Amino acid sequence: MAKIIVVTSGKGGVGKTTSSAAIGTGLALAGHKTVIVDFDIGLRNLDLIMGCERRVVYDFVNVINGEANLKQTLIKDKRTDNLFILPASQTRDKDALTKEGVEKVLNELAKEFDFIICDSPAGIESGAMMALYFADEAVVVTNPEVSSVRDSDRILGMLSSKSRRAEQGLEGIKEHLLLTRYNPERVEKGEMLSVEDVKEILAIELVGVIPESQAVLNASNSGQPVILDKDSDAGQAYLDTIKRLLGEQVPFRFLNVEKKGFIKRIFGG
Amino acid sequence: MSLLDYFRSSKKNTASTAKERLQIIVAHERKRRNGPDYLPQLERDILEVIRKYVDIPADQIAVSLEQRGDQISVLELNVTFPDDKR
Repeated sequence: MAKIIVVTSGKGGVGKTTSSAAIGTGLALAGHKTVIVDFDIGLRNLDLIMGCERRVVYDFVNVINGEANLKQTLIKDKRTDNLFILPASQTRDKDALTKEGVEKVLNELAKEFDFIICDSPAGIESGAMMALYFADEAVVVTNPEVSSVRDSDRILGMLSSKSRRAEQGLEGIKEHLLLTRYNPERVEKGEMLSVEDVKEILAIELVGVIPESQAVLNASNSGQPVILDKDSDAGQAYLDTIKRLLGEQVPFRFLNVEKKGFIKRIFGG
Repeated sequence: MSLLDYFRSSKKNTASTAKERLQIIVAHERKRRNGPDYLPQLERDILEVIRKYVDIPADQIAVSLEQRGDQISVLELNVTFPDDKR
């Protein structure tokens, strides 16, 4: 039985696509057959982050409309086994995704895959609603910043009222908090909300903390999910996150400022 | 933090301000979210009726529906009149 995980946030630019790419790749690395579906119709970007933008022939909407089948449309990742991408359409038609169409495609994917990662667009419009509607679990990507936390809370409300599980009275969507762009130095100075602060406000289980890292931009520049950069802090933090998603207990890393030497402490830098 | 930073002015801790503001707004929005869908419209309608008689700003009215026990829901209406309009 496939598990459908939506990566969502409400606010834009917090790292949904970066996280979707990392989570999808991580699950595939762990041996699970995984597909990442880009729900951001009109603003396709997962293909760029995954480095397969020149291999897109058909897209999600083509499959819904019966203009292409899944086999023709799914892009097999070249670096990671068990990993496929379903690109979003670049159409400007906002209503291209219908509930029936999305359900049909997800059902078909569920026969093949262990995990279906739904990369949600920002906002609370139909695209974002479609991405979360069929989810079994949700990764709520949040920055330690007021507008992101508020929007995440809004999305948590949607998850518990506007999803298929809510409408059919099933067990609720399992919610995970993924805190991204975390800067321990600024937290220590009292300039940034801490992990504990955000956990307390949103009151959901923490699945990962990704430090603010240069590795993320480097990864997106080269079209390679940051989780493959195993030497980087962000890459390692995503690897830990995957383990927790799969039920393992892993201690959190990168939450504190690295201890500096005596000289640095006196003179700063 | 370096020694230099230590002697620099102790600025207000903005993270705790952020946390306080978030706690208030999130609690407010959750309360609204859990209420029935008609509550905002009811609030607007009541505001319109009162405005026929007294000119009050929109934020001076608060309507809430509270569940008390299994049987009773209480509709609470709070309107603050400006001093000179009494």
